[in-house]
Amino acid sequence: MSEPGTSVERPLLSPFNIIAGTIILVGLWLSYLRFTGGLGAVTNLDNNNAWGFWIGFDLLCGVALAAGGYTTAAAVEVFGMKKFHAALRPALLTGFLGYSMVVVALLYDVGRPWRLPYPFVLSPGPTSVLFEVGACVMLYLIVLFLEFSPMALEWLGERKLRRVLVRMTLLLTIFGITLSTLHQSSLGALFLIVPSKLHPLWYSSYLPVFFFVSSVAAGLSMVIFEGTLARRGFADKMDEEHKRTADAVVLGFGKAAAFVLAAYFAIKVFGVALDDNWRLLATNYGLWFLLEMLGFVLLPCFLFLVGVRDLNPTLIRWAAFLTVLGIVLNRLSICLIAFNWQLPQADRYFPHWMEIGISVFVVTVGVTAYRFIVTRMPVFYEHPDFSEGH
Amino acid sequence: MTAAGAAMAVPKVAGAYGEFSGHPDAYGVLHDITLCIGCRLCEKACVEVNDDLPMPEKPFDDESVLEKRRRTDDKTYTVVNRYDVESHQNSPVFRKFQCNHCMEPACMSSCFVDAYSKTPEGAVVYDASVCVGCRYCIVACPFDVPTYEYNDPLEPKVMKCTLCHPRLLEGKLPGCVEACPQESLLFGRREDLIAVARERIRKHPDRYIDHIYGEHEMGGTNWLYISGAPFEELGFRTDLGTAPAPKLTSGALSAVPIIVGVWPALLGGIYVMTRTKEKTTTREKDSAVREAIETTQAAADEARKKAAEKGKADKEKAVELAVKKALEKTAKESAEEGS
Repeated sequence: MSEPGTSVERPLLSPFNIIAGTIILVGLWLSYLRFTGGLGAVTNLDNNNAWGFWIGFDLLCGVALAAGGYTTAAAVEVFGMKKFHAALRPALLTGFLGYSMVVVALLYDVGRPWRLPYPFVLSPGPTSVLFEVGACVMLYLIVLFLEFSPMALEWLGERKLRRVLVRMTLLLTIFGITLSTLHQSSLGALFLIVPSKLHPLWYSSYLPVFFFVSSVAAGLSMVIFEGTLARRGFADKMDEEHKRTADAVVLGFGKAAAFVLAAYFAIKVFGVALDDNWRLLATNYGLWFLLEMLGFVLLPCFLFLVGVRDLNPTLIRWAAFLTVLGIVLNRLSICLIAFNWQLPQADRYFPHWMEIGISVFVVTVGVTAYRFIVTRMPVFYEHPDFSEGH
Repeated sequence: MTAAGAAMAVPKVAGAYGEFSGHPDAYGVLHDITLCIGCRLCEKACVEVNDDLPMPEKPFDDESVLEKRRRTDDKTYTVVNRYDVESHQNSPVFRKFQCNHCMEPACMSSCFVDAYSKTPEGAVVYDASVCVGCRYCIVACPFDVPTYEYNDPLEPKVMKCTLCHPRLLEGKLPGCVEACPQESLLFGRREDLIAVARERIRKHPDRYIDHIYGEHEMGGTNWLYISGAPFEELGFRTDLGTAPAPKLTSGALSAVPIIVGVWPALLGGIYVMTRTKEKTTTREKDSAVREAIETTQAAADEARKKAAEKGKADKEKAVELAVKKALEKTAKESAEEGS
């Protein structure tokens, strides 16, 4: 037996492959434009708006939405919630691919990408929050690679190396959670230096805490959301244990997400209260802020609770989707929408379609890699030769 | 007190930020906005002394340039803008814009390759040879000064005014200051410039607003401004506060070592606790099972023993009975024989 269940035929010219192939071809052309013409050739970045869609979406959203890896690893390996074990490998895989996509996107965004190692090998600038972000993301990418490796090694049948890596699981998990705590919060801390540019409703000295707590909600929701998508596409790759515990994962993670969102809502209210920004809620930016807080924090929190009470996985899946949207909304607000809010409309930034095109290209490459891996490696099922019987 | 003693006396608190009042002999420039006539000779001089800057398309005496509000870009280190200020009788007002050379610069604090430095002469200079091009400095600068060469695919650089640092080292004035025909730009030690500015404001309270912009803004800058028109109407941000930029992030950065130190211990502790709990549960379950088995076993043994004893007794009784019967039979037979 090599794989559980009956394997679905996946033809080369499937609709997915045709669409993904087209996007990748366009992406390669855009990449050519970017690296031969400079940032100005494909972006709307300018001297007032030095950070655009690639930082707002690819970096800030990418890192937050890849938080499923460390949250699930914490639940299973540290808190001993073995019943969620089947969710761990998919979460680690998407975490690893997510961070890889972030780094690829950064290669497009920085002016001289071949110098990315400079802060760590040539000329460190540790007074910069970005130094901390860079160091943690780099180290965590290595950790995620090592956490992902057993899946590849089981596929390749490498027993010895796999055993060494599996023995390091706890160490890697704890290191990964520590690094994630640091850089998830530091992404918020990046904006501490710009109280004069970020709208006061989003600016707060608690930004690092906001980013960290919301990343936990993002991670939990992404595990539910990705699980929902995977169930549609790769049910044939899932073993009995994965299918049997899927709803338990949704209920358990949904309950946890409800608590985290409630806490997040509370500290966001404290943020408004402590800076006494109540009057700003009645402005246009205030309405946008309220939409984010009520529609994409409080509402999913409530839906999670109802879903858990009624044992309704479908409702929880919708709540998770709403939470994911809310995280995207929050990160884009801080980086783009509420940033430079005092500039006249003519000087504001709106992404060029080619910036979005390259982001779509990077995500497509990630999804393609995901498909390649889950159809070959033991992600949704336990490899019969390496069964440990938890 | 010796220098060492003085250094020892400074309390060292993690995350706390020592006061820095600037390099003692740092230079600066005082821009007296009331004297500026908008001739843009400073802009011209800037392009002339900085070899990497190209001449603009429109000549410097083309007044139509002043119609639009401009900012610095990768081809201009400094611009003069015209402001039509209603509340000010000497309208229009001209104001020069360039890097303010902060005493504790946001660009320098935010740079993750340490490409910026604050020289003892007062200039904030940038080293393109290590720059990765993350552009965090441009995001961080509260004065919107640094610019980027977005259209250079191979060697894009951040571009900004250097206070003519190379010229200062040669004992020359910054290009713009040297070119100013109105003495609207005054070069000198920053401390002296503050004294000059105060004196002018004191002598002409009707002419100046009682504020030296740059004395305290963002921890103080080496460019200083005095004006007759309200600063906020001349494109100055007057809501920046007096805290230097590094102070805004030092608290968050000081949390890093704490998390690095505490998190592994905390998580390890949680792991050990869960494991212990798991083990205890398993052990308790095992011992409960064992106890149950033992109890059942003992009860069964007891029952078996009882049954065996009973059986033994029954057997003995049966034997006794049989013997008795046999004896009786024998006695009877012998009695019959005997009769």
